[in-house]
Amino acid sequence: MRHLEVTFIVDPVLSGDEVKSTAQTYVEMLQNEGATIVHVNEIGLRPLAYPINKRSTGVYYCIEFAAETGTFIGKLELALKRDERIMRFLTVKLDKFGVKYNEDKRNGKIGKKVHKAPKEPAPVYTPKAAYVPPVDIIADDLEII
Amino acid sequence: MATKDEIKFLSNPNIGKQQKKYCRFKKFGLKHIDYKDADFLIQFINEQGKLLPRRLTGNSLKYQRRVASSVKRARHLAILPFVADLLK
Repeated sequence: MRHLEVTFIVDPVLSGDEVKSTAQTYVEMLQNEGATIVHVNEIGLRPLAYPINKRSTGVYYCIEFAAETGTFIGKLELALKRDERIMRFLTVKLDKFGVKYNEDKRNGKIGKKVHKAPKEPAPVYTPKAAYVPPVDIIADDLEII
Repeated sequence: MATKDEIKFLSNPNIGKQQKKYCRFKKFGLKHIDYKDADFLIQFINEQGKLLPRRLTGNSLKYQRRVASSVKRARHLAILPFVADLLK
């Protein structure tokens, strides 16, 4: 079973429905070719690091799928290239570590540092009662030495 | 003769010693580098967006090559820039 991942950027000027339907066509194309879709990750609208086709933002999608052979990847990439609504795409083969990484990411095991449990509130400081010397030391008449 | 504990210096004699550099992937057992993760990959590029050499990042050859290909994929997908100014 080959695990692959295709990330593509959809034109942001399209309406939300059109963007979703664009992604849906590729999901269906993959399913028709006999690939099992593992996950469709809609990363959403993101600013681009440099303008592509005069646009400065794009809608990112990442589809992870598994298939027996890789024969349909050529067809998939050709369709992605011909589609005018898609600005860039990248197909990547995932090795077992990549598959595990994606799985852990979906389960939330990878991410920012986990915050430690909040510390117990510090014990309240109560100042000891002011020192009162025992009565017998306080002399009524002090001798001047 | 004063013993080692008794000598006091005005400035720390350990200053200037190089931190022992290690490959963070080998040390922490990270096997996969995600090209979609810009926050992680920014550690390996300089303020102009160029890849940092292995002698600065401390990576082993195997992981430096993987980092390089991940950064290049991220650049293709406009997750990282090719050329930048004051990136960090």
